[in-house]
Amino acid sequence: MHVLRHAPHGTIYTYEGLEMILIMAAYEQDLSVVFIGDGVYALKKGQDTSGIGIKGFSKTFMALDGYDVEKLYIDSVSLAERGLTADDLVVDVEVLDAEEIGRLMKEQDVIIHH
Amino acid sequence: MLHTINKSPFEKNTFETCIRFVLPGDPLLFIEDGVYAVQSGNRFSPAIKRVLETNPVFALGPDLDARGITALSEGVESVDYDGFVALVEEHQVNSWF
Amino acid sequence: MKIGILLKEGPYNHQASDTAFKFAEAAIKKGHTVDAVFLYNDGVTNVTKLMDPPQDDRNIAARWSELSKKHGVEILACIAASKRRGISDDVLVEGSAITGLGTLTDIAIRNDRLVTFGD
Repeated sequence: MHVLRHAPHGTIYTYEGLEMILIMAAYEQDLSVVFIGDGVYALKKGQDTSGIGIKGFSKTFMALDGYDVEKLYIDSVSLAERGLTADDLVVDVEVLDAEEIGRLMKEQDVIIHH
Repeated sequence: MLHTINKSPFEKNTFETCIRFVLPGDPLLFIEDGVYAVQSGNRFSPAIKRVLETNPVFALGPDLDARGITALSEGVESVDYDGFVALVEEHQVNSWF
Repeated sequence: MKIGILLKEGPYNHQASDTAFKFAEAAIKKGHTVDAVFLYNDGVTNVTKLMDPPQDDRNIAARWSELSKKHGVEILACIAASKRRGISDDVLVEGSAITGLGTLTDIAIRNDRLVTFGD
């Protein structure tokens, strides 16, 4: 399981996290991706990075499906406290509460936070 | 599942975020600047006390020593790197930054 | 038990590298196998031999190199992260190597634990 917890662009963690997810998916690992905290901003619609000189990558999340990464989860509290709803996001993700995500975490062999 | 936390709760919300996802019985281990959370009598002591009702809480001793922390919230256990390894023997690891 | 380590921060700026090293040492001392330390993000800068800290400070690259020599721990820097940060074969300390993220996938599979250190 990969946990994305940083906003995009301000640090490289989310971008390099996504690179890791794509490679691991290519190795046919059963992956899930969870967005917690500022990680939810990675999925926000309408990002335009042309003015900051950094390559945008929000659309890459749409490609995850093509790599068979279908288990995308988002923490309901993180979303709500940022004034966002699932409609504000570039991909379909399953909105879960913390206990549900906690139970998923407990099932994992490996968890990597980015 | 072992949850490690390495951020001071005064600077980052790592501890507050982490505990929302921790299941009862899962041990917490504070390391690096995370250990400031378990100094007794601080703003986070009540939260640590609540966690202790359902979960064991550890702090890495060398990190406590390095930061001059001697008074721990009651119930928090100090472990050395060997103790860290022992917790990893028992549990998969979820490292929160 | 077989343990893999993922280190996501560079040396000195963060304690992550120091904690990872201390943890690896303790695990080996307890009889576990530390199979590999995989370096990601700024973590790849842990193994440049160009680092030259003051005499009274630890040399983090040399320390990883020693661990590799003494205990056969593979110290592996991610190739994509390395290229971004100017880390190439020419600057690596002995005992370290550059490899792909596929190797991290293998490390995650073949070890009983993967312990991440970062910031």
